[in-house]
This record gives sequence, structure tokens and C-alpha cells, in this order.
Amino acid sequence: MFSRAYRAAVTVPPLLWVTVLLLIPYLLMFCYSFWSVSMAQTVVHSWTLDNYRELLRVNVYWQTLFRSMWIAARVMLFSLLLGYPLAYYLSFHAGKRKDLFYQLVIIPLWVSYLVRAYAWKTILGSEGVLNTLLQYVHVTTHPLGFLLYSPFAVVLTLTHIYTPFTILPIYASLEHIPRALVEASHDLGGSPSQTFWRVIFPLSIPGVLAGATFAFVLSLGDFLAPLLLGGPSGIMISNIVVSLFGAAYNWPLGAAISLCMLVLVVGLLFISERLEKKWSFT
Amino acid sequence: MELHMSDDTHASSGTRWLLVHTVAVFAFLYLPIAVLIVYSFNGEGVGGFPPHNLTLDWYRMLFADAAIWESVGNSVVVALAAVAIALAFGVLAALALDRAQFPGKALFRRLVLLPLILPGIITGLSLLMLFREADVKLSLLTIVLGHGTALISVATTEVFAGLQKVDRAQEEASLDLGASYWQTFWRVTIPNLRLPIIGAALLIFTLSMDEIAVSFFLIGRDNTLPLEIWGRLRRGITPEINAISTIIFVFSLVAIVIWYRLRVRTEGRPEIAELIEAAVQGGLTHEHES
Repeated sequence: MFSRAYRAAVTVPPLLWVTVLLLIPYLLMFCYSFWSVSMAQTVVHSWTLDNYRELLRVNVYWQTLFRSMWIAARVMLFSLLLGYPLAYYLSFHAGKRKDLFYQLVIIPLWVSYLVRAYAWKTILGSEGVLNTLLQYVHVTTHPLGFLLYSPFAVVLTLTHIYTPFTILPIYASLEHIPRALVEASHDLGGSPSQTFWRVIFPLSIPGVLAGATFAFVLSLGDFLAPLLLGGPSGIMISNIVVSLFGAAYNWPLGAAISLCMLVLVVGLLFISERLEKKWSFT
Repeated sequence: MELHMSDDTHASSGTRWLLVHTVAVFAFLYLPIAVLIVYSFNGEGVGGFPPHNLTLDWYRMLFADAAIWESVGNSVVVALAAVAIALAFGVLAALALDRAQFPGKALFRRLVLLPLILPGIITGLSLLMLFREADVKLSLLTIVLGHGTALISVATTEVFAGLQKVDRAQEEASLDLGASYWQTFWRVTIPNLRLPIIGAALLIFTLSMDEIAVSFFLIGRDNTLPLEIWGRLRRGITPEINAISTIIFVFSLVAIVIWYRLRVRTEGRPEIAELIEAAVQGGLTHEHES
């Protein structure tokens, strides 16, 4: 029913915009990663593999990448452990409180990322709320130093930020489970735990995958929480990229690391999508 | 739909534990926000337990702080411009994905959604390189372009979902009765998508107001609010930041209540989950496609 002109009119403008402001920048990142900087710190547009050789040669990059993945993995795990039972309760047992609880899940999503990271900083600092509270009730006599400026603080803050993001897709997938299936399992003599593990959980896997991927990928690339709360031991891969684009002024090397991250993320999305297809029942 | 597990007490004690867990998670999610708000009234500054000397001094200081309010103004302008860009291209992109076939459609769909799931640093840096190569000076305009482009994903997802629910027969009738495509677009298509568009606009506005990872790399001389706060955090923490954070929180709360009401009116419980799933799974396909 739509004429060729109509289809062109709705397709061409967004296609052009996205090409210029998304596709070309990603391609440019690819190009930059094969360029180099001169002694005068200008970018030289000649092709070289030096940046990738540098990445393979210098251990710090690998160690930091693995540390970032380890931090992201913990954030993902804790978000799931906190989020899944809550989503399950919300979907199956919340009754009249369902609407209220659902709103309580989405409100933190709208609260500024920076504001929440900052709140944790004021809680965890040596003069912070938690340490002064512990001393006030005489649990400790000195401030606990490991709370702030540590990977612990980064994992805690990112878990706080990404838990609502994991709850929502899990909840959505639980809501889509036909209740007749659950009742059938009960009627056929399945115990509550059998019903959960053999009926409900497998059907909720697509939601778990979406939430887990979201939490992992966005934690992996975070650089603000580590800067604010991580200290030297909480440095993540994006912090290295930031310094390469800033003070160290080596954009091509920074682009090479960013590109590795981009490839990693796209790879993870690909795997997640494959798994999701395998587990979705339609 | 509540499920009654009446078979044994084991199940109900399990349910009780689930409730305890749920309440504990909510405490974890809300405690930092509560602390933040309480200490914005604390005369002794950030930290120190128990808080005492309740005061409004930090708010007075905040209202007299010209740099903060200038950055708030910048953020509002940026967010409004981002809403305009993201909606204009997002609505068209949703129509294109819904109604047109063109080479590279699958790639286009993924590309549009990618900024939702990519860490902000990648989007920010790739745009920074573009502006550097094109000799564009960094300013609020470059931030607008960054936000507008990244948030097309939100507008497209919301509008595409809305399109699946409207009856195409109305547009057909309009065309059959002699209206042009242009008239049909403005008088039938857009009014039918009114609620998804308003919902998307609110979401985009809030996300843009809060955005920092992309802006971090595209900032020129003028700060947005999150970057202004960020700059102050590096110099040390003051309860003034608690005060502005509390105000931001109250505004977010108002925005979310409006948004929630809106969504409940159109399609029952709103699902941000759709957005997350679309982002992760490169969604936005019709049922019959792949």
C-alpha cells in the first residue's frame, strides 16, 4: 500500500544520518587503530600494525582487560543473584503489591548514574557514612580502608546500577510463561522445586540472558565508577583508553584497544543471541 | 495472576524468604539514595554519623551558584535538541523498518540499536574521531549530535512497538479517500503514535539530561550538568552536590510518574524490558521474520 516514494522518504534520511554519525565513526575507529602518532604528537595517516603489536607485547593491557572482565563478571553474577529471586517473587507471589513493586524497580533506573555512584562514594569513604556509623556503634575503632578505592567499591556500585536492568527482562520472561504450564506441572505431581527447575527456570532463560549480557557489557566498558571509586587497584580497560586519548595522547593505540572492546562486545551479543534463540520456545 | 501453592508449608516459608530477599534488595537499591537526601540537609557536611544540625544552607549555596545553573540550562537545551533529533529520525527509522525493504536493512537495524548496548566510551570516542577528522570544533552542538544519534535507538524501539499495535486500515482508508501521503502521515499516522512518541520523548529527555559517558569526550567549553558535577567531584565532595542530586531525583520521580501513567493508559504495564531485549538481541522484527 505504500508507494515507492513514501518508502524512500522514510528510509533515506535515517539511513544517511546513521551512516554518517554511527557507521563512519566506527569505521574511522577501525582506521585509527592502524595509524600512528609522530614525534610531534600528530596522527600519521599511514598504515601500520604497530598498535596491535604493542597490545600483544605489553602485559598491562591484557591484565587490565582481564581484570575488567572479572569485575564485569562479578557484577553480572551478583545482579542475577539479587535480581532473579526478586523478579520471581514479583511475577508469582506479589499479588496486590505487584504494581507498587514494579514501580520500585524502575524508579532507580531513572536516577542519575552519577548521582548513585557519588552516593556510594559518600557512604564508603574513610570519613563516610558507613565508617562513622561502625565507629559510632563501636563495631570498629578505625575507619576500614578497603571499602573505598578498591575493586570492591566498583563491583558494589555497578551491581547497584545494573541490578534493576537485569530484573526487568527476567520479570518480563517470567510473565510470559503460560500459567497453565505451571499448574500442569503441579497437577502431574511435580514438587515446587521440580516445577521451578524443570518448567519455570528454563522458560525464563531468554530474560536471564538479556539481563546478564546488558550488565556484563556495560560494566566492562565503564570508566566513571573506577575513576570515582576504584583507586589504583580498580583501574579498568576503559580508563587506559581515556588516558591514551587524554594525557598520553596516543589516539591510535586507544582506538586499537577500543576496537578490541567493540569486537568483544559484538561477539558476546552474537553468542547471547544464539543462546536466546536456542532457549526460546515459540 | 497469583499462584496458590497450598500443598505444604514448605512452599509458604519459601515465599516468605523470597519476600525477605525482595525487601533486602529494595533496601540495597534505595539506601544510597536515602543517604544522599538526608545528608543534603546535614550541617556537618557529607559523612559523619549520626547526621545532625539540620540545615538548608547547602540549598541556599546551590541556588546562588551560577555555574551550576548555567550547566543546568545547557543540559536542558541539549536534551531538547536531542529529543528533536532522535524523534525525527527514530520515527522515520521505525516506519522504514516496519514498511520498507531495502538492501542492508538487517545491518541498519543493528546499527541503530547498537548505542543502547555499547559502552558509552566507544560511541563517544568514535564520534570524537569523526569530529576531529572533519575539523568540527567541540561544543554543545557536538554533544547534541552524540546524544541525538545514540538515542535514535530509544525512539525507534518505542515507536516500532507502537506501530505493531495500530491498525493499518486507517491509513489505507485515508489514502483511498484521496488524502496524500503527507496528509495521512500528519493526520493519521502521527496521531495514532502520539503516546509512544510522548513516552519516548520523556525517556530520551531524561537519558540525555543524565548522560555523561558520551558527553565526556565531546565536551567543548560549556559544561552540561553531569559534567559540571563530575568536575566538582574531582576536587572533593560537598553537600551542595547532595542538594543538586536531591533536586534531580525529585524531577526524575515526577518524570517517571508521568511516563508510567502514560504507559499504563496505553498498553498496561510498561516494559523497559523490551528496550533491553531489543538492545541485546538486535530485535525489532515482525513475528513472521526470522
